[in-house]
Amino acid sequence: MEALERTEHYLSLFRQSYGAGALPSWFGRLRESAIESFARLGFPALGSEEWKYTSVDPIASVPFAHANGEGRAVTGDIFAPAFVDETCARLVFVNGVYSAPLSSLSGLPAGVRVAGLRAALAANDPALEMHLGRAARYREQPFVALNTALMEDGAVVLVPEGCRMAAPIYLVFVSLAQEQPLQSQPRNLVVLGAGSEAAIVESYVGIEAGNYFTNAVTELFAAENAVVDYYRIQREASRGFHVGAVEARLSGGCRFTAHGITLGGSLVRNDLRAVLDGEGAECVLNGLYLADGDRHVDNHTEIEHAKPRTRSLELYKGILSGSARGVFNGKIIVHKDAQKTDARQTNKNLLLSDRAVANSKPQLEIYADDVKCSHGSTIGQLDGDALFYLRSRGLAPDDARSLLSYAFARDVVGRVKIPALRERLDDYLAICFDRKREPGR
Amino acid sequence: MLKIKNLHVKVGEKEILRGINLTVGAGEVHAIMGPNGSGKSTLAHVLAGRENYQVTGGEVHYDGKDLLAMSPEERARGGIFLAFQYPIEIPGVSTTYFLKAALNAVRKHRGLEELDAMDFLTLIKEKIKLVEMDQALINRPLNEGFSGGEKKRNEILQMAVLDPRLAILDETDSGLDIDALRIVAGGVNALRRPDRSMLVITHYQRLLNYIVPDFIHVLFDGRIVKSGAKELAIELESKGYDWLKSPVAAVS
Repeated sequence: MEALERTEHYLSLFRQSYGAGALPSWFGRLRESAIESFARLGFPALGSEEWKYTSVDPIASVPFAHANGEGRAVTGDIFAPAFVDETCARLVFVNGVYSAPLSSLSGLPAGVRVAGLRAALAANDPALEMHLGRAARYREQPFVALNTALMEDGAVVLVPEGCRMAAPIYLVFVSLAQEQPLQSQPRNLVVLGAGSEAAIVESYVGIEAGNYFTNAVTELFAAENAVVDYYRIQREASRGFHVGAVEARLSGGCRFTAHGITLGGSLVRNDLRAVLDGEGAECVLNGLYLADGDRHVDNHTEIEHAKPRTRSLELYKGILSGSARGVFNGKIIVHKDAQKTDARQTNKNLLLSDRAVANSKPQLEIYADDVKCSHGSTIGQLDGDALFYLRSRGLAPDDARSLLSYAFARDVVGRVKIPALRERLDDYLAICFDRKREPGR
Repeated sequence: MLKIKNLHVKVGEKEILRGINLTVGAGEVHAIMGPNGSGKSTLAHVLAGRENYQVTGGEVHYDGKDLLAMSPEERARGGIFLAFQYPIEIPGVSTTYFLKAALNAVRKHRGLEELDAMDFLTLIKEKIKLVEMDQALINRPLNEGFSGGEKKRNEILQMAVLDPRLAILDETDSGLDIDALRIVAGGVNALRRPDRSMLVITHYQRLLNYIVPDFIHVLFDGRIVKSGAKELAIELESKGYDWLKSPVAAVS
């Protein structure tokens, strides 16, 4: 398809879905504005500033059809592959559409509102108009524009002021393959009241072979002193395409921890942006990406220190084998009046084959003078000294390599705070690297 | 137990060991002393099988076998243990996890059943007492953020668990304060046995007040220039290494 044709495909999807159902007028205007942006922006070109190493051609060249999740029942277990703890509350979406039978909202504390976006829109919850589209940059980012124009469903989580949730909420996005490749545009909104505490786990999973395209956007707003533990786990099928954007707005005194874990998908792009928009706000970004074969995983993070005394700590680690490629771009912006900012960024890439490639780019823009900012990036093979240490203890070379790779990944998974999730991810890593899992940790 | 004959070793173009001769009998503790750059650590690493050293001459027999033909893991499984001067940090796995993998690799090779989690826990709980280590420490990522003393204690813990027949302690006293030194040496002494030999490599006589060797050898410029009983350490302490340099110069 030509560039124009590629864009036109989505404009026509927009026209088909627009106006269906009695939705609020502000929502229609938001979608219209977004499709105008997409029409103007088109798909990003390879080599453009934000897409330097990632070609979206494989995505743009397929006329993905609109998914209808209600068309097919899910067979087989989706919770184990998605790392979901079934004792917790969950919203499940199949090909982008909310599935009531698979979801469970029991055990939520009073005042917490959790619903599908479609249902929340039908009820015209005022929190939606106040927040939806207010953080996502649909005027600048083509895929965010596309999601905003085509969004129909997704998760809405509203936690009232002072509410401390004991258990995490799982948001599960399952993709089923069909003969004709499908696209889905999940759109999530998380709003946390002042002083509230919550753990949110988004899990994207493809349980069948076949090509499809998931383009997800999450907006997260945290009021003063909220404590948020946020997870984004992506385990799309081996031929699945995944583009995701997270926009977090953090008020003063907030503590936001994000874990971005990329395990699947053939072409993956994650954008995570956190704006520390109040004095003393803190964010911790932990990331892990594993890619083999000819998979391509691109992680862009952006942390904006907008106010004084804000802190950020970022660790992204990738293991690349086969002829896989991993891209990390970590931008840190310190605004002029964000004095006493403390920002530390680390990106480490482990290459397990000669053909694997990593591109690592730290990007610091500092406009304040009294700040502490550091960044470090490594790309390399397993450390010879460490291999010798292990062999000198009796481990065979293959065993030593597998242990070191496992440890490299586990360094990130070990930071997962939810025990049940950590154990499930650890089990997965143990299988990946052919190790026994350490019990009880 | 260990026989080193006329061992010559190069790193790059530089000859570091220039004809080492040393015989260590079962149950004996030999100390190797010498100034910086004399080749002490090179000797330790060559015996453990480190690859980036080039053996240009001589032979080493361990239990009658050609040690230099064995891979590092074969040596470890055969009972050789090197306590590192600079133990490696491995974020992501705990000492417990690492040590269980190592012990089971060794046991498997020896035709023993692998230890399960419970048996291993019982074993390690007993062994950490030797080095007065807190159990919380061994459940933390291996050596990550450990103090110098904690790292060295961890090395001795590994030695206790892996139960070697020849232990090589490479500058185990470096970077230790007196309390840590006492604990580490106490652990080593508790592991002395009639069928376990030790090679204690150190720059300072201080360690040998705690681990009293049967023999002392002075390494200088890649050769053993003097051997003697434990009293030699005291002589070195008072005179330093300088008085030994002239005979070397005379020989070469």
